[in-house]
Amino acid sequence: MTFATPFKKLGDQSLFFFEAVGRAGIFLLVCLISMLKPPYKLHPIIRQLYFIGSRSGFVILFTGLFTGMVLGLQGYYPLAKFGSEGLLGSAVALSLIRELGPVLTALMVIGRAGSAICAGIGIMRNSEQIDALECMAIDPIKYLLAPKFVASILSLPLLTFIFDIIGIIGGFLVGVALFGVNQGTYFQGMYSSVQWIDIEMGIVKSLVFGLLIVWIASAKGYFLHLERSGGFGAEGVSRTTTDAVVISSVSVLIWDYLITALMI
Amino acid sequence: MSSAKDQLAIEMVNVEKTFGQQRVLKGINLPVAKGETTVIVGGSGQGKSVILKHMLGLMKPSSGEVRVFGRDLARMKKQELYEVRKDYGVLFQNVALFDSMTVFDNVALPLRERTKKSQAEIARIVEEKLALMALEGAAGKYPAQISGGMQKRVGLARALALEPKIVFFDEPTTGLDVHKSNEIYRLFHATQQQLKYTAVIVSHDVPKIFKLADSVALMAGGEIQGCMSPEDFQRSDNPLIRQFVEVTMGPIYTNDKEEAVSRETV
Repeated sequence: MTFATPFKKLGDQSLFFFEAVGRAGIFLLVCLISMLKPPYKLHPIIRQLYFIGSRSGFVILFTGLFTGMVLGLQGYYPLAKFGSEGLLGSAVALSLIRELGPVLTALMVIGRAGSAICAGIGIMRNSEQIDALECMAIDPIKYLLAPKFVASILSLPLLTFIFDIIGIIGGFLVGVALFGVNQGTYFQGMYSSVQWIDIEMGIVKSLVFGLLIVWIASAKGYFLHLERSGGFGAEGVSRTTTDAVVISSVSVLIWDYLITALMI
Repeated sequence: MSSAKDQLAIEMVNVEKTFGQQRVLKGINLPVAKGETTVIVGGSGQGKSVILKHMLGLMKPSSGEVRVFGRDLARMKKQELYEVRKDYGVLFQNVALFDSMTVFDNVALPLRERTKKSQAEIARIVEEKLALMALEGAAGKYPAQISGGMQKRVGLARALALEPKIVFFDEPTTGLDVHKSNEIYRLFHATQQQLKYTAVIVSHDVPKIFKLADSVALMAGGEIQGCMSPEDFQRSDNPLIRQFVEVTMGPIYTNDKEEAVSRETV
């Protein structure tokens, strides 16, 4: 009994883990299918676009601007040391388009919308609202989740574009307006060094992150009742939401590395 | 025989359900006749709600069959299950209203999602249902802004929005005072007269619920102890039923045997 206990625990935990991963995988497939299957309802998608996309606009503008400014600040001094401050434009643009734009946008959206999706769905699961939908013969995945999937996958690239552009303006403000780098050099350096592949990488990353965020957040909320701790009550919802935020943030960084490694 | 089967809306046959080590349902056999009211009574934690969840297809039995209009729910695909549920209306124990929607939208949701009716027609039906439940003033309010009794009535309005063939009530009067409970029972009676639906009620509001029931089943020890008319139920000599009746109602009714014994001793 005492000898076998740790092994049993280990087995239980691994089984639970693989079960959760398998469930989430099937869930992703079901969500994608029901997202693509007609009928399409525009109104709920627009509402979710507004919530996930439009409402994230301000925070993206703010983070984008300051990220660009800090890149300008950090980039200027080392470049000036070698007399190559003309490269500032391309340094800012490349780091934003390839890395910081998609990743920071994703992290912001996780904090804003991912957590809200998980908590919202989790509360609906806890208070039997999802069961109520099932009993009314309304498919909760089609009704509740499919619009969120569409909206998240569409929003992330668009928000990333905004982040990149405002970041480049931030770098411009610090580099050109503050340190007096030549305006033409700033943009010419950017123009000659940014390749299509860089932009492509940014787009692929933001699409993948958009899917990751909505997938993890909705799976955690939807399967709240199957959590190891039971996911009961307010505490269950808050713990699961925290889990969703942590897991999606880490997944975004892991996938960022993988996509970079594949596309570079 | 087949005609008797045709008269059944739902039939549970040898349904067993285990959660881990725990056997909650140990072979349930329960017929629910069309157009009648079947009441499932029993103490808390006996698995009454689990039976209901099996009938709704929210849980699948470990073994046995749950036949709805002759078709086994457990062997259905998701799409077929949705087809069956189109005939269902459910009033949940905690009502399960959509708390971020107004009362109006709650009742309108099944109509919007499941029918192709125009907005004007939906508005007309919703207002009619709300009027039936005496909820005209509450249409614009959110569930958190209305009382528990009103929430139950909204739940009932939502359950009846699509004129279902079978309506399930999970403890419809729990947490309500006597007046509010009577109001719910009155509405239930009135709507059933009007819509002629089959009703399955899980309740422990004994003896009041007996007045509404066509048949009563006691859930105890993971099994159904008899499914019979309220009169027979109260006179049954099944020890578990007798115990339940005496605990909940006091020894008001005695059966013929006991009366004979008491007459002899006098």
